[in-house]
Amino acid sequence: MSHEHRLRFKTLVMVLLMVVCANTGDLMLARGMKQIGTVVISVPGLQQALWMTIQNASIWIGILFLVGFTFCYMTAVSWADYSFVMPAGAFGYAVQTGLAIMVFHEGVSAQRWIGVALICAGVLLVGQTKPNTTNIGVLPS
Amino acid sequence: MTRVIPMLIFFVLCNTGGELAMSYGMKKVGEPQSFRPMALLRFVWVAVRNQWLWVAIPLLAASFYSLLILFSWAPVSVVIPASASNYIVGTVGAKYLLKEEISFKRWMGVVLVCLGVTLVLLTGRI
Repeated sequence: MSHEHRLRFKTLVMVLLMVVCANTGDLMLARGMKQIGTVVISVPGLQQALWMTIQNASIWIGILFLVGFTFCYMTAVSWADYSFVMPAGAFGYAVQTGLAIMVFHEGVSAQRWIGVALICAGVLLVGQTKPNTTNIGVLPS
Repeated sequence: MTRVIPMLIFFVLCNTGGELAMSYGMKKVGEPQSFRPMALLRFVWVAVRNQWLWVAIPLLAASFYSLLILFSWAPVSVVIPASASNYIVGTVGAKYLLKEEISFKRWMGVVLVCLGVTLVLLTGRI
């Protein structure tokens, strides 16, 4: 496998991990906040919400996944162009639409389908370009 | 609208600036030597000691809070397309600040993603 193919492959794997971590993290946070209930905006209300948040397992799992997302993002931009990773990460919206249909059995509007199709086409185009166009490791410290 | 437009510009600049600073910092850090736990810990340790990461974090925090403020000031139909413009502004920043080569194909891809994200977010199910 050539250097460029290897770079493209590992960048796409990292972007996929980013998308999975971000979506799972968001879902777990949403689940945790639903378990906690409506937060009352007052000093005792916020104190109670904070205490319940700390004790909620879903919130901690969500945070763990979002830390994983940050780590994958930092790793991906350590070797690939920012202008390659950033639009590729938008593939997450397509995954969210898939989850909305398969997990939550939601209906998806035509507008959203067109949006997802445009994102997929855009990601496909960006994915065909060179993942890195700058010299890695030669930047001044 | 007099306060919305400056806040929109502030949000886009903070968001793009934060991500560009993080990308620049991580290029300096370099990729992990391997994916073994010790190598990954060393990678994280070197990353958190990089000054550009500490430029990125406050900028990204400022962009997050300015987005929350924008949602309370302006309709979603105004805020969402503006937030999707991050893809365009980020690509321009990558070209001129990070000196990345943006081919015609990549530009087309970014524009399609920007339009797609705007359509998806305007449906209201984020």
